Amino acid sequence: MSNAVSSPEITFPQEHTGGTKRIWKVFWILSVITIIELAIGLTIYNIHKEPNPNATLVLAFKGMVCILTLAKAYYIVSVFMHLGDEIRNMIMTVVVPLCLFIWFLLAFLWDGDSTKHLRNTDGHSRPAQVEQVHQPAAVDKDAKK
Amino acid sequence: MRLIFIIMSTTAIPTNTKWWNGGRSPFNVSYGKVMMWYFLMSDAFTFGAFLISYGTIRFSVNHWADPNHVFSAFPFAGHANLPLAFVSLMTFILIFSSVTMVLAVHEGHKMNRKGVEKYMILTILGGLAFLSCQAWEWTHLITGDHAVLVNGQIEHWGTTVSKNPWGPPVIFEGKEVATPGPIAFGGYFFGITGFHGFHVFSGVIINIIMLIKTRLGHFDQRGHYEMIEKAGLYWHFVDLVWVFVFLCFYLI
Repeated sequence: MSNAVSSPEITFPQEHTGGTKRIWKVFWILSVITIIELAIGLTIYNIHKEPNPNATLVLAFKGMVCILTLAKAYYIVSVFMHLGDEIRNMIMTVVVPLCLFIWFLLAFLWDGDSTKHLRNTDGHSRPAQVEQVHQPAAVDKDAKK
Repeated sequence: MRLIFIIMSTTAIPTNTKWWNGGRSPFNVSYGKVMMWYFLMSDAFTFGAFLISYGTIRFSVNHWADPNHVFSAFPFAGHANLPLAFVSLMTFILIFSSVTMVLAVHEGHKMNRKGVEKYMILTILGGLAFLSCQAWEWTHLITGDHAVLVNGQIEHWGTTVSKNPWGPPVIFEGKEVATPGPIAFGGYFFGITGFHGFHVFSGVIINIIMLIKTRLGHFDQRGHYEMIEKAGLYWHFVDLVWVFVFLCFYLI
């Protein structure tokens, strides 16, 4: 196995130890996580079919799917993109700027929620009249037309 | 886990390496690869901005289309109600093509031209399969025919950037019928999956160029297969974005 150094800037070659075992391991991890996500997705679908879906339960399941997605992202970036094999300087220069997303996500979702509240209360001038529309999952009848 | 990787990689560094004294890459990575990482980071912010803006709009309305309704079709399955089925097929296609890509990079490290060619062909086929799936899904949505109550009359709508037939249902003449939903739905869906699909398309083109260059022996002459690694970074990024598109549009 030759670890060809592609550029004089590189001090030492990345170690590509082992065969393809690690790659296939990550493939199975990603597949299993995806299957779990699908199972949770179908669970949410079935909860929505009930006459009075439990909103907190749905939210908890959605949170779980988000965490599983982050786990998938970690494996893709760390193993498939080999970022985990780079030196710390390199890892930090990519990962640290991405931390902006934490603020980005919180600020904008908060903004969206605030807009909804302003709409439903006419700018705080009346109590909220949220039309909580529950859509039963059987409307697909008309798709057959 | 990442800590373990950091420790594993730092142990290989000779002690007292002066990273910032010039003459060498402080990241121990070639210029081209660093730039590919920074390009992908900026692309991540573009996709992130799109998805977060979608989230903001979705948070600001009382009703949003239920993905399990909108995406419940499967090719040749007629009107069978199969939520999540087709999109999971697309997800597995992309995960698998990511694996063949990383295997191509692995063969490149071993300077095995035949191996690189084999896995590049498989990766390109995976990309084309994904694009075909997306073409079918878009066609199905746009040409769909759903009864919608508009100004007291029943109209038949597909899902497009200007029409959303997935609004809250009302009872009309004794039957349950949908009303128009937030118009942003189609724009966000087609905009973001389209932008991602365009990335897949350009990734397939890049991979085809890499396959041709491998066949012509360019990388063997150069003495390394780093170009395959850089194309691989782009391809994995496309898979990474899909993981989030899958989450935001289909799962939650």
